[in-house]
This record gives sequence, structure tokens and C-alpha cells, in this order.
Amino acid sequence: MKDWRFWFNEQRGTLLALAIFIVMFGFYVLNHPAGFTANVVQTAANKGVLLALVAMAQTFVVLTAGIDLSVGMVFILCNCLASYVIVGSPLMVAGGVLAVVLTGAVCGAVNAAIVILGRLQPIVATIASGAVFFGVALWLRPFPGSDPTFSSDLADALTGKVFGVIPASLIFLAATVVLIWIPFRRSVSGRTVYAAGSSEVAAFMSGMPIRRAKFLAYVLSGVFASFAGLYLTFFTYSGEASAANGNTYTLYSIAAVVLGGVSLFGGRGSAIGAIFGALAFRAIGDLLFVFEIDPLWQPLFQGIVLLLAVSVGAARLFQVRNRLDLFG
Amino acid sequence: MTETTPLFRLEGISKRYGGVRALENADLTVEAGRVHAILGENGAGKSTLIKVIAGVVQPDEGRMLLDGREISFRDPAAANAAGIVCIFQELSLIPDLSVADNIIASDPPTRFGMIDRRAQRRLAEDALARAGGVDIHPAALVKDLPLSRRQIIEIAKALARKPRLLILDEATSALTAADVKTVFEVLKRLRSEGIALLYISHRMHEIAELADDCTVFRNGRKIATYRAGTKSDNEVVEMMIGREYHHVFPSKPEPKPATGAPVLEVRNLGWAPRLNGVSLTARAGEVVGLGGLDGQGQRELLLALFGVLRGISGEVLIDGKPRRISSPRAAKDDDIGMALIPEDRKTEGLMLPMSVRDNLSFAAMSHLSKGGIIDPGAERRAIDEMIQLLAIKTDGTAVPAGSLSGGNQQKVVIAKWLMREPRIILLNDPTRGIDVGTKQEIYALLRRLADAGAAIVLYSTDYDELIGCCDKVLVMYDGAIKRTLTGAEITERALIASALNIDVAEAGPAPALA
Repeated sequence: MKDWRFWFNEQRGTLLALAIFIVMFGFYVLNHPAGFTANVVQTAANKGVLLALVAMAQTFVVLTAGIDLSVGMVFILCNCLASYVIVGSPLMVAGGVLAVVLTGAVCGAVNAAIVILGRLQPIVATIASGAVFFGVALWLRPFPGSDPTFSSDLADALTGKVFGVIPASLIFLAATVVLIWIPFRRSVSGRTVYAAGSSEVAAFMSGMPIRRAKFLAYVLSGVFASFAGLYLTFFTYSGEASAANGNTYTLYSIAAVVLGGVSLFGGRGSAIGAIFGALAFRAIGDLLFVFEIDPLWQPLFQGIVLLLAVSVGAARLFQVRNRLDLFG
Repeated sequence: MTETTPLFRLEGISKRYGGVRALENADLTVEAGRVHAILGENGAGKSTLIKVIAGVVQPDEGRMLLDGREISFRDPAAANAAGIVCIFQELSLIPDLSVADNIIASDPPTRFGMIDRRAQRRLAEDALARAGGVDIHPAALVKDLPLSRRQIIEIAKALARKPRLLILDEATSALTAADVKTVFEVLKRLRSEGIALLYISHRMHEIAELADDCTVFRNGRKIATYRAGTKSDNEVVEMMIGREYHHVFPSKPEPKPATGAPVLEVRNLGWAPRLNGVSLTARAGEVVGLGGLDGQGQRELLLALFGVLRGISGEVLIDGKPRRISSPRAAKDDDIGMALIPEDRKTEGLMLPMSVRDNLSFAAMSHLSKGGIIDPGAERRAIDEMIQLLAIKTDGTAVPAGSLSGGNQQKVVIAKWLMREPRIILLNDPTRGIDVGTKQEIYALLRRLADAGAAIVLYSTDYDELIGCCDKVLVMYDGAIKRTLTGAEITERALIASALNIDVAEAGPAPALA
């Protein structure tokens, strides 16, 4: 077999997500009254970028065969914090951004400590920590609002268009892929995350640095959630401790990750797939809009698309020869 | 002998798991440039020995010396760093990573903090070539490759770590004859390069071809170390045989003349690659043993009979009529009446947190209920009867099954199936990790059940058990039945010899083999 066949096999989940996204977005643009214009693309990108970032955050943890139910709450917490600290001069804004990202990283580190040192199941640990993070967010912003000196320059730059054509939010997504995801994927820690998710016993027996890698995965998850929190602030110029919003993003991030070809059993998939998964998931709502279907139907269609995507992934179960493997 | 310090030494190593002594005061000396074979039957302590050396478990007592200096390993990574690399049986490959990623798993070449994939690929190709796996593509995912290729990758992975002491634990068990030949050439070359090899295998002819020194273990103790070729096969088997208890088994009945169709008959059962044409019969009143070394298809055979495996070939006849058993649910149906006492009582046998009562009733619900409602009176009577019959020591029936001792848990698993009054009882190593007293009770129970008309198929890794309990023993090797021993033929010598697939027993009671 040629090299590209192996590459194709390894990237199947990501490529499937890309295909789903292209089909859905294609339909959307073809049927949009304005067609394929910079403005349509920018609107779609800005709608998708939040979920894409949260889904990337989720990906890091899911790859370790865990799940992060606090990811939406870190997102909300960072939004509330950002609404206080993105103020003043460019230098102060930079400090504020740094503070928000550090907060996300600390949230991730807390989750990592509970899961790795405390040996608690990720699902339980992150439900609990998520509630705590939301409590802090609520303490920061009991009512929606923002600092009167909120600095909107950075916000406008990152949500606008570059050279009048390319949405800045897409460029930001691409930058996180190139500067964070790809180096991570190619680092020893990144590979160890995949190995631990695929078979933790084998990774241990191979002498791989499992704890260090898992720690990094949770911290990066927090960092990406903080990016999303920043972006939400850039869109709204304000912070809101909304439990509903946090929970929705947590659940949608899992859906986007699955749609993006990341295996919930761990060890398979990529954050790039998760981006396409998130954009495709968002495109469902847009499709309903251009076909003038009542938005009430959105959850139903999202559910159907998700079920179809998951069924494709589950087809391998028909090949299982030892039924005991079905329960493993 | 040379006066240089040996490469690696173990002195007085002991290891206990709970109350079980896996290794007792073991010594071993491994020299550079030699192949040292470890022999012993199931449970002799070989795997514990390897785990200690490879840093997977820590010994309770004793010292390890590398180049004459005392060392200890916190984990496998530490052992690797010291140049001790172990090839486990498909334990250390990560299914979702590529072949190259697996081979260079722990310490890949990096550039600017990222893995240098081109350099890694070269290293992996090198290692594959040295391990005789030139046909394996470094970019393939491990999970897409067959077992024999994975084994080659394991070897390549070990070689990439530049070992000084290489441990091979049944490394050839999944290989085809052609692959074994390549691997042997590789191993001989490594020996000539001055690497020490510790070779664990059940295949006597492999040891004869490869080993320079041999050490025999039995019941966790070292019995003897000798230069290869200085002992006959017969002497080796003699050393591997242990004597523990004979008086614990109930007396066997005289063999009855075979009448009518057997309750269970299997014709040419296959489940590639683990089962290759297994045929057997079990009559009412008969205890049929499955012998052989661990992992020769015994577990798969029992699972196949019980309807767990998909895609099996061959025929299963119940009372002389061909039947398709498609699931455990079908197998336990009254017209087949089969029960399987599984290998691992903690996961496959019991719901540990649930009560003893619930655990006992699970398999027999249909017998204890009317119209879908469980009859509490009938349930209580049946459970009391079982607890008495098996003398289960429990603090009432409401306590969780997990609170019972290992022996009593196993009794609950057996009782749970007896409540259905099965006609065919399959047992997968039912006395593993159980005290002798309970074992004795289980042996007596098996005989009583057989006398009451059940056909029993018993897989055991304990040769004494097969000798003491069974009317006939089928010895399996490579997924097929290699020998059938009946009555007085069932001796330890015959069991071990046929398990190793060598012909000691056929040469008479005291053969002199060259």
C-alpha cells in the first residue's frame, strides 16, 4: 500500500467530518439569497467559532478516553472575567487576555489534579468542578454586564474581516491549529495522550509519560475554553453567568467532537475534525433558516444528523466475533 | 568459568500476592551473549519473575544486580533505561497508533520539541528490518495488523531500545513457522552481538534449538539451573512436576459402557485462528477435563459452546441432535440446559455490589417466576437449598456478594447455575485462587452432579485437578485436541508431555530419551 492510503485510513474520521461540513455548508451557501459572499462566510464563521473552540477544548480530554463536563463552565467563567479585564490601553488589554487564558489553564489544571492524582472518573470530577467554576462566574457577574471602560478595539479586530475578505475568527482558529494543535500532536506528550486513550496499560508498559501528558491535555482544554470565553466577550462586549449557555456548550461540544470523528473511547480523532464537526453542527441551524423551516425543528435535525454520523462510526460492531468484546 | 561479573543477577527474590506466594527465594544469573531459557508449568512463577525483572512489580524481598551493582526499578520505563527490555504477549502495543509510533514509543527523536517523523521512520524501518519484518509498513495502524505481525513489531520495538538484556515471554506463540525461523535468526544474531536473552517458552524444541542455559521453576521456587543439552526431556519434565495434594479428590466411579447418544457432542468446531477443528463428546455422568497449557484455545472452546462467539464453524449436537446455540440465553434454555462457570468470577460471574440473593437468582429467573413476577417464596426456598447444599458461608442473603471470601464467591457462581438444574456444566478454571478446603468441596460437588446425570466439561490449569477429578482429559495445543487421556493414562507426566506436544508418555513409563 502507498503511504497516502495509510494517512487516509488514519484521518478517516476527520475527513468524514470535513465532507459532512462541505456538503452542509455548500447547501447553505447555494440556497442563501446572497450566495457565496464574504459577509455570509463571516457570519457563519463567527457563529461557528465559539463552538469550534469549545469542541477543541473537549477534544483534548476525550482523546485521553475521558470527558470534560466542565468545559462549558470554564467558557462562561472566562467570559465573565474577560468582561472585567479587557479594559484600557493595548498593554492592559494584553495583560487582561493573559489573565483570562491563565484562568482557563488553572481550571484545566484543577481538573487534571482531581482526575490524575485523585483517580476520580473524569465525568464525576468535571461535573463537580464545573459547578464550582460556574459558582465563581456567578460571583463575578451576578447580573449580565460589562466594565464601562471595556476596550472594543481588539474585539472588533478579531471578529471582523482581514483584507476585507477573510473572517478574522477563521484566521484565529487556523492559528490555534498551527501554533498549538499541530505542535501538540507531534510532541511526545501529544502522542502519549493518544496512546493513553487507546490503551493505558500498553502505554504504561511502553514507559510513556502518561501523567505528564494527561495533565497537559486538561490544561490545554482549559486554555481553549478560555479562548472561547474571550471570543464570546468580543462578540457581546459583556459577560453573563448563564448556566443554560454553559450546559448547552458542554453538550454541543460532545456532539461536535463525535461528529468530528473523535472517538469517545479515546485515542482516535483530531481537533481539526472537531472544528469541522462544530461548524457542521452549527450549519444545521443555518440550513433550516435558508429552507425557511421553523427554528423549533432545530434540535430534532441536530439529533438526526448526530445519530446518522454516530451510526457510521458504530458499523464496525457488526464485525465483532467475540461478544464479550462488545462490553469491553 | 569466567571471573567477570555476570550481566544480571537475582538474589533471594520473593513476591507474594495476598496470601499466595508467587515467587519464593528465587536466584537467577544471566550472562551476556547467552540465551537463558526459563521452564516451568502454569503457575510456576515464571511470569512473576519476568514482571519483577522488567519493573512491572516490585519484589517483597531480595536484590537485583546489574553489572554487580544493586538496582531497583520503579516502573517499566526505569528498567528500559537500564537496558532491560521485555517483550510481553501483545500487552505493550497501542492499537490506535501507527507501527512506527509504536516502535519508537517512549523516546522518539525530536526537532524543536516536536517528534521528527522522518528520523523516527528511519529508526522504525531499521528496527523492523532487524526483527525480520520488512513487509510491515511503518505507517500502518497496529490494530489493522494480524497477530503474527504484531509480535514482530513487539520485537522490533524492543530492539529499537538497544537492550542489553532482552526478555521474551512466549514471544513466538502467535507466530507462524516461517516467522519463528526469522525471529530465531534475529535472536541468534543478537546473542552473537553480546546481548543477554531470557527466553520463556512452552515449546521444548524451540528451547533445544536456542538455549545455552536452562532454569526450571516450580511453585515459585527455582528447582535447578543446567547447561542446555545436559538433561533429557524426561528429566526436565520430572523437574517440572510438583506434588501437592492427592487425597483431596473424591473417588472416581468405574467407567460405564457408553450407551445412547452423548449429551454433548462437538464435531470439528472452528473459530479461526484460535480453534482448529475440535471434536469431543461428553456423556451423562462423565467429567471431561480440558488440559494443556494456558491459552491453547480452551477458553475459546467453552465460550464457543456457550454461544458467546460469532462465526464459528462445525457442529454441536445436544442429545444427538444438531443444535445452533446462538447466545448464552439460548444455551441456558431448558432443552439445551447448559451452564458456564466463567473464568473471572468478579466480572463475568457475579455482580459484586448486589446481594447474594440477587446474584443467586439471576440465571434462574424463569424458573422462579410466574407471568413475569418473581415468586418470593419459591425464590427463598431455592436459595436456602443452594446455600445448604454448597455450604456457602454468608451472613444472610442480603449482604453484597463482594463481601464473601473468594471461595464462597465461587460457590455462589456455581450455585447460581445449579438453580437451573443444568445438564451440561462447563467450568473455566473454577478453583483458581481458592483455598484447598473449598476446592475439596467443589471437587466433591462436581462428582455428585455427574453421578446425578450431568455432563461436565472442566478446564483447569492445575494438573492435579485434572488427574483427580476427570474421567477423561483432552489435551489442547494450538486450538486443537492433541491427545485424549482416559482412566489410568491420566498422569502428570502424560499431561505435561502432551501439553508441550512432545512424546515422552508414548515411549512407556520410564523412557530414556536422547
